Amino acid sequence: MSDFKAPLAKVRGLGSAKEGTHHWWVQRMSGVANIPLTLFVVTSFIGNAGKPYADWVAWLQQPLVAVLMLLFVLNVTWHLRLGLQVFVEDYVHTKMNKIIVMTAITFGTVLLAALGAFSILKIAFGG
Amino acid sequence: MAQANRPLSPHLQVYRWSAAMAASILHRATGSALAVGAVILVWWLMALASGPDSFETVMTCLASPLGRFVLFGLTWALMQHFASGVRHLIMDSGRMYSLKVNAASAKFTFVFSAVATVVIWAMGYRMLGMI
Repeated sequence: MSDFKAPLAKVRGLGSAKEGTHHWWVQRMSGVANIPLTLFVVTSFIGNAGKPYADWVAWLQQPLVAVLMLLFVLNVTWHLRLGLQVFVEDYVHTKMNKIIVMTAITFGTVLLAALGAFSILKIAFGG
Repeated sequence: MAQANRPLSPHLQVYRWSAAMAASILHRATGSALAVGAVILVWWLMALASGPDSFETVMTCLASPLGRFVLFGLTWALMQHFASGVRHLIMDSGRMYSLKVNAASAKFTFVFSAVATVVIWAMGYRMLGMI
């Protein structure tokens, strides 16, 4: 330790990051958005149960369906990224492990979002 | 590493179980399990975008006994996380903290998720003309 400054002095010097509630708030707002989106997806899956490939494609090509599915995939993966972060912060203990696991989670959820979004758009813009 | 030896807070086994505690733990557990659901959803979307053959392969997997078991479990996890999430939003507004109402609302999420799961699958099988 070559730093002789007291922790309190350090904090006073830096001030807060001014984003302490941001993660909490976005987790709630993405949760709120998930309510109608989940109801839409669940009822759609029930309504299309057992339908052949062509029917599923025709369903997803409707503008409203494509946009809602796109929002669902993006919102769910974002909500998932934030939720898993809380999990990691509580149960993964060393700093290096935290960084490694969080990086994997961020890459993984972004990959899921991109694959899902691309697939929806490919179908919506003509299979 | 020094950090690994730090004392941990008392863990789950030292507490008497309550509905609120079970709801809290289930919210985390189902949320984590739904990561698998997100992967399956995207896998299914990719198959739909890849053509009839890929779609057929994925649907065969999902319709197998193991596939149905996993999807049934994920339906329950989604409904439990959904109900529990709404409960948390209400609690975030500062309501529902009296012990009785809090415990009752936690129990309600368990009833809701069980009923909703059965209703969703019953409606699905009805669409297939199986019931």
